[in-house]
Amino acid sequence: MAVEERDKHSGYMTTGHVWNGIKELNTPVPRPVWLFLIGTALFSFVYWLLMPAWPVGVTYTKGLLGIDQRTTVAENLKAAALARSEWTQRIESGSFKEIQADPHLMTAVRQTGHRLFVDNCAVCHGTDAKGGKGYPNLTTTSWLWGGEPEQIAETIRVGINSAHPDTRVSQMPAVGRDQMMPGKDIPKVVRYVLGLSDPAAAKDMPAGEREAARTLFEANCAACHGEDAKGKIEMGAPDLTDRFWIYGGDQQSVLATIWDGRQGHMPTWEARLSPVERKILTLYLVDLRAKTP
Amino acid sequence: MFGLHYRLERKAIGLVIGIIVVASIGGIVEIAPLFTIRQTVEEAQDMRVYTPLELAGRDIYVREGCYACHSQMIRTLRDEVERYGPYSLAVESKYDHPMLWGSKRTGPDLARLGGKYSDEWHVAHLINPRDVVRQSIMPAYAWLMRTPLRTDDLGLHLKAMRRLGVPYTDDMIANATKDAEAQAAPDSPAAGDLVKRYGEATQVRAFDGQPAQLTEMDALVAYLQILGRLTDAAHKPVAGSGG
Repeated sequence: MAVEERDKHSGYMTTGHVWNGIKELNTPVPRPVWLFLIGTALFSFVYWLLMPAWPVGVTYTKGLLGIDQRTTVAENLKAAALARSEWTQRIESGSFKEIQADPHLMTAVRQTGHRLFVDNCAVCHGTDAKGGKGYPNLTTTSWLWGGEPEQIAETIRVGINSAHPDTRVSQMPAVGRDQMMPGKDIPKVVRYVLGLSDPAAAKDMPAGEREAARTLFEANCAACHGEDAKGKIEMGAPDLTDRFWIYGGDQQSVLATIWDGRQGHMPTWEARLSPVERKILTLYLVDLRAKTP
Repeated sequence: MFGLHYRLERKAIGLVIGIIVVASIGGIVEIAPLFTIRQTVEEAQDMRVYTPLELAGRDIYVREGCYACHSQMIRTLRDEVERYGPYSLAVESKYDHPMLWGSKRTGPDLARLGGKYSDEWHVAHLINPRDVVRQSIMPAYAWLMRTPLRTDDLGLHLKAMRRLGVPYTDDMIANATKDAEAQAAPDSPAAGDLVKRYGEATQVRAFDGQPAQLTEMDALVAYLQILGRLTDAAHKPVAGSGG
């Protein structure tokens, strides 16, 4: 049985435990620790009273402050929208020209537009909007579906070959694979197409062959790309005479495009971005294009 | 005041039982109400189940450890809602066993990924993320494109999910393998049966771009494209749970 006794040196009682002749002091819990424990306990009582806390059967105590994170976030969003409304309303109601002429609004467009672009568009078109293989460069003058602000806004809204009912639809058919043209003629058309934007590529093409290729082009390609090969925005068919390529402008890439066809896909943003967000993105792109040499 | 404690300390079993009782209070208070409080999981009448192909994709997502870097949980915070979309509801992961909310975001949250990007983008990105996002540090998963998807055991997967409360019908379980193949073969006659079983909103496409072959890429992309789209509940204004 343990024998508790007072330790002569410290004045405290011992616990009565002895290990190899060493006795254990029963030092009381220090006062700061007590105060801290009491303080946190009191805090939790107050907290339980004010905040949602204890479960009670099928419901729980709601707390006197009535705080709910879902309400809080809804209020935060509303407050943020209100803080922005000073300029978002002017963007919403203004025409593209009016907004572009307003340097104050355009500063907001550049900042917010960049954020929106990076969060939503950059994974395909790149953070600098210069695109990549299969994803058009948005800083050029070459726009598949038109580069006017209204046309860009509509493309963002409905997408291309997307799930939207009003989607823009386009398809480059698999001319080679589906045997729309004899296989032996395709390399000629490839050279002809390359020559449209880069005369050097078709320089050593015999005149007769070039004429044959032109006939093939007019019979098979001109319906969408136009007689002059400058593309048709109502069909989303690219201009073949400029120096911009979506899938690459080398011989191999153009051959692959003609052989297997292409069908790009841009999602619809109508459900994901609000009208004003889409308008900001449109203005951001138009502004970006203007700044790109 | 320490009298009880002194007596407990001297009886090992009594002390152990005491520790277990005290330590479990916290757990019980946190977990038990989830089963009793009605507001824990919202109601969503339009909630759909994963198709066999999406479920297979989900298994690949787990197998490759995607959850280690991507969360699937948009929190009720302004910046998250503004970036990713409406915050996640419990009902949206009602049929997730196990749930993949995660808490580590080396990459972005994926809870609202479905429909945000094209299938082609997902395929290119999984084959080599650097091809489309130059600054990405995500590993490449190119073999998914080359690996045929195992489908013969999908019926059993569905059955196991039904045990856990996912309302798969006998019809769905019996046709799981066929349905998985049909979902990535848009022009097949079986695709119609699939849509009949799983609803009009079912996405039937050659997800990996090659209709002739059913690969693991098909399954994973099908799964990524359904994220956040099993129900529209989160897009409707939700009354505060306090009401």
